[in-house]
Amino acid sequence: MRKFLAALMLVLMLCVVASADDDTIKVGVFNCLTGQNAFGGQLELEGTQLAHTLNPTILGKKVELIIVDNKSDKVEAANAVTRLIENDKVNAIIGTYGSSLAMAGGEVAEKAGIPVIGTSCTNPLVTLDKKFYFRACFIDPFQGAGAATYAFRNLGLKRAATLVDMSNDYSVGLGKFFRDSFKKMGGDIVASLFYQSGDTDFTAQLTALIDAKPDIVFLPAYFAEGAIVLKQAKELGAAFKFIGADAMDNPEIVTLGGEAVEGFMHTTFAYDPSMPEMNATAKAFTEEWNKIHPDKAPNVNCALGYDCYIMLKDAIERAGSAEPAKIRDALETIKDLPTVTGMTTINATHDAEKDMGIVEIKGGKKTFVGIVVPEV
Amino acid sequence: MELNIFVQHFINALSLGSLYGLVAVGYTMVYGILRLINFAHGDIFMLGAYFVYFATIVYKLNWGVGVVIAIILTTICGLLVDRIAYKPLREAPRISALISAIGVSFFIENFAVVVFTGMPRPVVQPPILMKPIEFSNGVRLIPLGILVPVVAFLLVGALLWLLYCTKPGLAMRAISFDIETTRMMGVSVNKIIALAFGLGSALAAVAGIMWALRYPRVEPFMGMTPGIKAFIAAVFGGIGSVPGAMIGGLILGFVEIMSVAFFPTLSGYKDAFAFLLLILILLFRPTGLLGEKLEDKI
Repeated sequence: MRKFLAALMLVLMLCVVASADDDTIKVGVFNCLTGQNAFGGQLELEGTQLAHTLNPTILGKKVELIIVDNKSDKVEAANAVTRLIENDKVNAIIGTYGSSLAMAGGEVAEKAGIPVIGTSCTNPLVTLDKKFYFRACFIDPFQGAGAATYAFRNLGLKRAATLVDMSNDYSVGLGKFFRDSFKKMGGDIVASLFYQSGDTDFTAQLTALIDAKPDIVFLPAYFAEGAIVLKQAKELGAAFKFIGADAMDNPEIVTLGGEAVEGFMHTTFAYDPSMPEMNATAKAFTEEWNKIHPDKAPNVNCALGYDCYIMLKDAIERAGSAEPAKIRDALETIKDLPTVTGMTTINATHDAEKDMGIVEIKGGKKTFVGIVVPEV
Repeated sequence: MELNIFVQHFINALSLGSLYGLVAVGYTMVYGILRLINFAHGDIFMLGAYFVYFATIVYKLNWGVGVVIAIILTTICGLLVDRIAYKPLREAPRISALISAIGVSFFIENFAVVVFTGMPRPVVQPPILMKPIEFSNGVRLIPLGILVPVVAFLLVGALLWLLYCTKPGLAMRAISFDIETTRMMGVSVNKIIALAFGLGSALAAVAGIMWALRYPRVEPFMGMTPGIKAFIAAVFGGIGSVPGAMIGGLILGFVEIMSVAFFPTLSGYKDAFAFLLLILILLFRPTGLLGEKLEDKI
């Protein structure tokens, strides 16, 4: 009996300790810090961390970031979210780079009723029929159409091909939206080739592409593979241009790709340090980033990681509470929130509506060449 | 398909296949002698790539010096793995050594994540290897594309010479027949096994360096896929047979590239083609292409 009482006391004490925790808001971050997507995930985390350093309290409560690595792996992504919810009891979650990972993690969060804000997971399925998943980015039909519009209207190219990572939902979706949109405008799709994540040899696909003689190849690849594709294309003497999507946006692209990435274009969010006219939030973000990381320029991933935290802060403040359900309701009503990547409005399908930019590598530098209005 | 495109595919396949072959030879060596599938082989391969990365890019050594240092360091790592994880299990059931090999593989991968971080790093290739040579019919070749198969064939040739024309080679083949009898004949078995491990690791290092040059990026998990592919190549050629491993690697490379060349719409399934062929070969020749009934031979 005495033992039982002692145990009861212990449990009560633990409860007291746990309730004292109420003055901190726990924000979980799940992102790819290792594995093939580590390039992007690491940058997004640094963006979120910067936002946290600049805004350490929300509603007068201390915010604690709990960071978990999803290892660029679908199973690990689900585990990471489970850990954040069950072990760390987070109020909300930010993440992740990679639509496949977001989908795996999203299922878990949906069941537990914890709101998640996705950084750069652009596949429509991520938030489809989800009450608790939101995102700071636009979606792939918009982006695929944007690349097609730019290739067809702005560059006047008529023959296109796609090279898609078939084991990746993000890439497959984008490839399809590009082909549909390009055909609708009156262009020809002359070849459509595939590879799988983790491949390192693309010579077979590239030689087949050279054989099909397209003017431009849409490459909705992740950065790690994309840079190698561009290198091998150069080695094989490919004459066509490449256009990619936001996953190719990385400051390291020139270091990794060298000369091979010259002239490469990609769609992205309306933020780049080389942008001529920046909004006030973007200006402040760039300045603060440069103070902390003087040796490394920010990119859209950093900006999106930052924006997620700003969206969360806005939602918690408007809800007046850090309860997961209330945060969710407030996230749904975000409208014209000034963020680094332009004004953010959350639409009915929980996607952010914002502008789309085109970046080209010119003279070894990423150059923001303009904003496109995609013909969806 | 036009002829020049086919020739281009052929060259690509030769280059990829000989890389697989080079890794597979290391697998097969160790298996031939110890009956141990050294799952850490792919990770030793990764260490080789990292060492050459650090030597040439971080410490800015000359490429030749960097390659030699990388091979030496990788060989030392391979010997350490044998000493720590396999030697104490020499008398234990074979399955224990296998589990130990899997453990070593995970350990090296995660150790690399801690030490080198999980971020993939770009490798700067020496420009002399990258300058394209263009033929009149439009076929392009980079010197690296020829260097890879040439080095692979030379090394396999040297290895065969060592196995069949030298005393240590004779001892290795003897060990693969009967370890106890070989010991009684006065052969220092542990030294010979260490030599085999050292050679296997050095081959993995060369393959890792070639891989890092061909696909210019290093990351802690880069050894996994080539490791699995090479294991398949080794089984394919008849595990334990050195020429078999090389042939297995070449066939794997050719199937992967040619399936894309002839069926571009199915290009995402090139691995499936390779595995299908593996299943078929094993159904009809369970010991692999060159694995005769005397599979105890090296």
